[in-house]
Amino acid sequence: MIRAGAPVLLEVRDLRAKVSGIEILKGMNLTIRAGEIHAIMGPNGSGKSTFAKVLSGHPDYTVTAGTTLLDGKSIFELPPEERARAGLFLGFQYPVEIPGVANAQFLRLTYNTIQGAHGKDELDPLEFDDFVREKMKLLEMDPAFLDRSVNEGFSGGEKKRNEILQMALLEPKLAFLDETDSGLDIDALRIVAGGVNTLANANNAVVLVTHYQRLLNYIIPDYVHVMEGGRILKTGGKDLALELESRGYDWVAAAVAS
Amino acid sequence: MTTVPNAYLSSVLSGEAAAWPLGRFNAAGPLGWFHQLRADAFERASALTVPTVRDEDWRFTDLSPLYRLAFRPSRAGGMVSGATIASLSLPETTTRLVFVDGQFNAALSTPALTGNVIVAPLAGAVSDYAAIIRARLGQIAPIERDAFRAINTTYLNDGAFVFAGRNASHPSPIHVLNIATQAEAAIHNRMLVIAEAGAKLTVIEDYVALGDRVYCVNAVTEVDVADNAKVRLIKLQREGSQAFHLSASAARVQQAGQYRSNTISLGARISRETIGIELAGPGAGCELDGLTLINGRQLADTHSFIDHRAPHCTSRQLHKCVAGDTAHAVFNGRILVRQDAQQTNSAQESRNLLLSPRAHVDTKPQLEILADDVKCSHGATVGQLDEEEMFYLRSRGLPESQARNLLTYAFAAAIVDRIGIPTLVDRLHQAVMEQTRTKDSL
Ligand SMILES: Nc1ncnc2c1ncn2[C@@H]1O[C@H](COP(=O)(O)OP(=O)(O)OP(=O)(O)O)[C@@H](O)[C@H]1O
Ligand SMILES: [Mg+2]
Repeated sequence: MIRAGAPVLLEVRDLRAKVSGIEILKGMNLTIRAGEIHAIMGPNGSGKSTFAKVLSGHPDYTVTAGTTLLDGKSIFELPPEERARAGLFLGFQYPVEIPGVANAQFLRLTYNTIQGAHGKDELDPLEFDDFVREKMKLLEMDPAFLDRSVNEGFSGGEKKRNEILQMALLEPKLAFLDETDSGLDIDALRIVAGGVNTLANANNAVVLVTHYQRLLNYIIPDYVHVMEGGRILKTGGKDLALELESRGYDWVAAAVAS
Repeated sequence: MTTVPNAYLSSVLSGEAAAWPLGRFNAAGPLGWFHQLRADAFERASALTVPTVRDEDWRFTDLSPLYRLAFRPSRAGGMVSGATIASLSLPETTTRLVFVDGQFNAALSTPALTGNVIVAPLAGAVSDYAAIIRARLGQIAPIERDAFRAINTTYLNDGAFVFAGRNASHPSPIHVLNIATQAEAAIHNRMLVIAEAGAKLTVIEDYVALGDRVYCVNAVTEVDVADNAKVRLIKLQREGSQAFHLSASAARVQQAGQYRSNTISLGARISRETIGIELAGPGAGCELDGLTLINGRQLADTHSFIDHRAPHCTSRQLHKCVAGDTAHAVFNGRILVRQDAQQTNSAQESRNLLLSPRAHVDTKPQLEILADDVKCSHGATVGQLDEEEMFYLRSRGLPESQARNLLTYAFAAAIVDRIGIPTLVDRLHQAVMEQTRTKDSL
């Protein structure tokens, strides 16, 4: 929901970034206020995931210019873990499998780490078990996923649900969900979208990277951005997604060029 | 050729060992074959030289610290309390054989003698089941070219005998608990596992120590897996930090039989696992999972040999080493696919993690393929932790050191998890946790 006076959660100015010596982000600008939902669309390779990784501090990516403030504080000096503690959450396009670490153990560790960072109480394994099972209900997730290794052998859709479960546990200020909808079947899409809607409130914000307007029927965005060649070419309302769905991306670049 | 004096060898091959086969040898008696086996072994042991780093198979494993020490044959009388047994036993097992310094301890053991499953000390079994045992004992792990096996067989008077008859299975894993208590003891553990056609067995071969003494375990395990039988061997080596552990385990797998092993090496100053698997019948398979987790000045060597002798066999092996401080891990995994072994499917992976700049690992997968229609893969990595896994954890708020510890733990725990016996997995997780925690972490 757009509110003119709402505090700015994320402020990205003229951001440029490189990976393996190649510039991928070429002047990103984006302002996100509390309560808003943003969708970022754009062709394959346009830099959407790169943007997510740069924001969350992946060591392979180097920022070469620009600034990014999270809640008014510059983040590029911070290691990834401190960005997470400051309230940033990245839902991975390809969640990583970690054989040997039980999902329950991992979830509790991250939960307690973030709680500790906010000066809140940590939960012991038994308390956490009750707590996480409640959250799993929201996503209609089988508790059996707690006993398995993190994401190991999870189907594509199961991995994405596990990402949203983490979002539900960590309650970030800004959740950046990179293609959380890809790999989800129709029911799972509805459930996951319902979960995101429940978690979104006036004090936080969500960025959805997606290729499909279908997700945006469930989670109504306040803004839709089109990314191409490492920057945002066009910003519109939710109708822009519909237009992209029917017309593709070419006209956006053409319109900007002319 | 000048021979370097070898205190180890002269101590184990003198006195009792030398006296026994001659003194009690009785070729005409009902156990003549058994006496002959020992007498032959003594002869071999006396004739063979023990390996040095000049032997290709022992290139990285210098046993001279062992050879400088004299040992005495282990004796009965090692004290083990009921409380110790309680802490080492597993609720998942009801059948247990306990050997204290290599001597069978009846009071602490719960053998099994159901209709078709026998779990009993070998000393009595050689008389009671002579025909079954004679055909296998010393046949699966032959002594001809291996001094340590020959020495073990010289001392063969007891051990664990685990037998499942045709289509039989035991409801719980069988725990063979070997406890070392005496200093300077030369302990010669022996185990013979036989699964007849269609039988199923899980055996835990467990080595622990009370106190931190210098002793030497030289163990031999033979496993016979008949047609369609399934055997699982979980080997846990948790010897004391000054101990030597030399082990040979050999399995022969017949048609459509399955052999699975989990070998976990945590203890000992110097240890060597020599694993030999013979896929002897069509459609036989083996799965070997290994974990070496060492630090300090430990040296742990695993040499495995999978011999594909028949068509349509499969083998899968994953061996992981984690070495900290100045520890040295060795893995040599040889796979031979013989000419007749068409349609072989074999995958081998060696993954290694070094926790300190002075730790090191020598890994050598070796694939020799003589058949033409096969699918084989092998690979080795010596590396750091996975960058993407690190980033994933850090992106969830975990500090770098904690993420590193967790992944190191996970690297090892992933192998432990495959054991599938909850109490054992929990205990080993604890051990892994302690060994992988670095000093700078919480
Ligand atoms: N490590 C790297 N080395 C070289 N090029 C890279 C690297 N990582 C990303 N790129 C390139 O950066 C560009 C942007 O990739 P990115 O993953 O951000 O795209 P995306 O918009 O998320 O695409 P998709 O919609 O397919 O997920 C691509 O051309 C990609 O090949
Ligand atoms: Mg992407």
